[in-house]
Amino acid sequence: MNAKTQGTAVDLADLTRVYGDVRALDGLSLHIEPGELVALLGPSGCGKTTALRILAGLDDATSGTVSVGGRDVSGVPANKRDMGMVFQAYSLFPHLTVLDNVAFGLKMRGKDKCERTSRAVDMLDLVGLGAHKAKYAHELSGGQQQRVALARALAIQPRVLLLDEPLSALDAKVRAQLRDEIRRVQLDVGITTLFVTHDQEEALAVADRVGVMSQGRLEQLAAPADLYASPATPFVAEFVGLNNKVPVRVSGGRAQLLGSAVSTLPGSITSGPGLAMVRPEAVTVTAGPEGTAKVSSVAFLGPISRVYIAMPDGSVLNAQISNSTARALSPGDPVTVGVEPGSVLVVAA
Amino acid sequence: MKTAVRAALWVLFGLFFLFPLYAMADFSTQKLVEGGRTWQAWINLVTDDALYEAIVVSLLLALFTVVATLVILVPTMIWVRLRAPWARGAVEFFCLLPLTIPALVIVVGLRNVYLWVAYFLGESPLTLTFVYVVLVLPFAYRALDAALSSIDLQTLTEAARSLGAGWGTTILRVVVPNIWSGILSAAFISIAVVLGEYTIASLSGFETLQVQIVTIGKTDGPTSVAASLAVLLFGFVLLLVLSLVTRGRRRVQGVTA
Amino acid sequence: MPGGTPRRNRLTEALPLLPFFAVVVVFLVIPTVTVIANAFWDDTADGSFSFSRIGALFSPAALGALGSSVLLSASTAIIGAVLGAVLAWLIVSSPPTSMVRRSVISLCSVLAQFGGVALAFAFLATIGINGVLTVWVQEAFGWNLSGSGWLYSLAGLVLVYTYFQIPLMVIVFLPALEGLRAQWREAAISLGASGWQYFREVVVPLLTPAFLGSALLLFANAFAAYATAAALVSQGSPIVPLLIRSALTSEVVLGQSGFAYALALEMIVVVAVVMAAYNVLVRRTARWLR
Repeated sequence: MNAKTQGTAVDLADLTRVYGDVRALDGLSLHIEPGELVALLGPSGCGKTTALRILAGLDDATSGTVSVGGRDVSGVPANKRDMGMVFQAYSLFPHLTVLDNVAFGLKMRGKDKCERTSRAVDMLDLVGLGAHKAKYAHELSGGQQQRVALARALAIQPRVLLLDEPLSALDAKVRAQLRDEIRRVQLDVGITTLFVTHDQEEALAVADRVGVMSQGRLEQLAAPADLYASPATPFVAEFVGLNNKVPVRVSGGRAQLLGSAVSTLPGSITSGPGLAMVRPEAVTVTAGPEGTAKVSSVAFLGPISRVYIAMPDGSVLNAQISNSTARALSPGDPVTVGVEPGSVLVVAA
Repeated sequence: MKTAVRAALWVLFGLFFLFPLYAMADFSTQKLVEGGRTWQAWINLVTDDALYEAIVVSLLLALFTVVATLVILVPTMIWVRLRAPWARGAVEFFCLLPLTIPALVIVVGLRNVYLWVAYFLGESPLTLTFVYVVLVLPFAYRALDAALSSIDLQTLTEAARSLGAGWGTTILRVVVPNIWSGILSAAFISIAVVLGEYTIASLSGFETLQVQIVTIGKTDGPTSVAASLAVLLFGFVLLLVLSLVTRGRRRVQGVTA
Repeated sequence: MPGGTPRRNRLTEALPLLPFFAVVVVFLVIPTVTVIANAFWDDTADGSFSFSRIGALFSPAALGALGSSVLLSASTAIIGAVLGAVLAWLIVSSPPTSMVRRSVISLCSVLAQFGGVALAFAFLATIGINGVLTVWVQEAFGWNLSGSGWLYSLAGLVLVYTYFQIPLMVIVFLPALEGLRAQWREAAISLGASGWQYFREVVVPLLTPAFLGSALLLFANAFAAYATAAALVSQGSPIVPLLIRSALTSEVVLGQSGFAYALALEMIVVVAVVMAAYNVLVRRTARWLR
């Protein structure tokens, strides 16, 4: 009964949304492949939710078009767009049971009771809540409510699935579990999905591609690994993952960084002084009396350890090391720092 | 289309509610026999002895009621939250009970009680204070309860007491400033209730503002209308100021409360 | 620790609550109990338990007044509920902190709860014998609006009562309307519901308990209202509250104050029953529309 939905492509073309003086969206263009999960990631106010709502039809763009499956739906009202939507919280109808909630969309489409019930039950089984079908929203935990919301959105077999920060209102532990489950269901059903979040870990974990947004614009759209390893702009480099900013000089596409010559990523400055964005896990730490840097503090984080190192020029470097290496270090120890081979993004100082 | 309907409805409601108020203004400034305008009715509000006295009595009554209500209710509610949570249901029940017992019923059953009150406290209309405290309890309770729920009372009082403050200081200088919006709310609404109260005052034979208005109304229409309009406007300004001072979206107490 | 310590603690905890309970008991509980007890008291001098005063409630005058009160309360409750709901919807559609909204809500508060006598005079000034509207219409069309003094009859009371019932409905129903979360509308729409379907399937089921509860509150409010009627109607006792007035102020018939007790008891019963039903409905609403 979980027939894979024929995936549908989604196209947002040059979307702009202006409220008075504020440009919530500034020329956003995005193509989502059939069956793909694209995450829109960014801080509050970056326009990611606006983009989602315009796609859903709950908001109108000032200019630009929205196409689904090759057809322009910009003029189609929200209730005819055939999209499933999961909101951040409180979206279940409080006066209906879980089963009736899930069957709601089917009722709107005029399906008879038999068909509605059987499909709703299937959807609830898909999200693992079959046993709770007679309950009401207030009797469920936050995580369970979101799973019901997901089942409800999928019950109508929509062409596109839209998720507006579905995990933001949940506890950390529940968030991780539910995130994986959403991805599992999405892959199972094969539905084109747009997932909006401000949590980078979430975006990197579930998405096929991640679009980082800032101030209404798309900064970079890439697969999670590429986004992490090769940030295209300073904003992306800062927003995704942790960074050390190390002063370097650039010339001829290379920079001298912590004793090694590294190549610079496209998007870096081309010459002169700048700051290299170095990930903590790319910093190497070797203990030894000849080292010019000193260990400032060591923090045990469970799977790994973090060591803060005072550099000769006064700055502090944040390095991620294995627990065994960390065990041998104490505050005050002299160490030599280096960098793993690879390219770095160098931004203006 | 929808905006046209909405606009039309606003106009209709506006007419229905604002026209009588306008009529009051018009009526109270008319010279009934000769025609033309006069402010006599309004001047009477301060020059007519009986009316003036009634206004003073009502204002004093309002003041006493507000003070009595706050003095009785604020410490009680704080105490219930901190030391006697088992009594919370009882206090809430009695505070909301006046909503279910009509003022008319209270005044019918009040006669015996008032024999005692008159014996101890005299015959002044100000003895109505205690009954009025009961009448404003539901409003004051809700306002104060909302304000107390929005602060961490336990932590505030413990911090104050651990720094050496006695109960009086704690309540007056630590808690009260933090529930100020609730106190203002309770006070303003209480004033409005007292100034508008007629049932108990009239059937107990006291000459408060509303009672006097009705008495005057039998002989001097314009003055009583002027006084009524004055009370309505005063109450309106009071509550409008309150809504501005308590800032932002105040959830008005209603069916879901 | 054994024995008396817990009880002593309860006592010291309860002591500061004394002023509050003293005021409430003396000025609320005792009058109420007095009414209930005296309603069953015999009219004769030595006094004993009796149903004679209750019996007076079934006299034609009393039953007539009860019927009129119920009619007045029910009609103004329905009119007030429907029109008040519309006005509340109008208010909810305007921005939350706008001056218009604040002013309207403040005006509603004043008219609904604090304006009893003033409202009577408002209507006297409008459609009384020398009322502004009466005079205009007389001069413009030659009709006599104030006619046979219908303002002082039941029909007049219905008109004046709606003037405070509608605002009361706004005050009491507005929070329920505000409790309708935007997500429900958007979820319904994204699931394919038209505006009408959303209204029928989501709004109506969610708001019906609140609407009915508010209507009940309006009924109780009208039934217990005294000031407006007392100010408008100086002679005669068409409704229960005015019948109580005449029973209390009458110096003519002996034992009339006893009648007042019975009438007051009748009032308690009606209002209590209505408010109990109201509470049942409110509890359901509170959970959904928090």
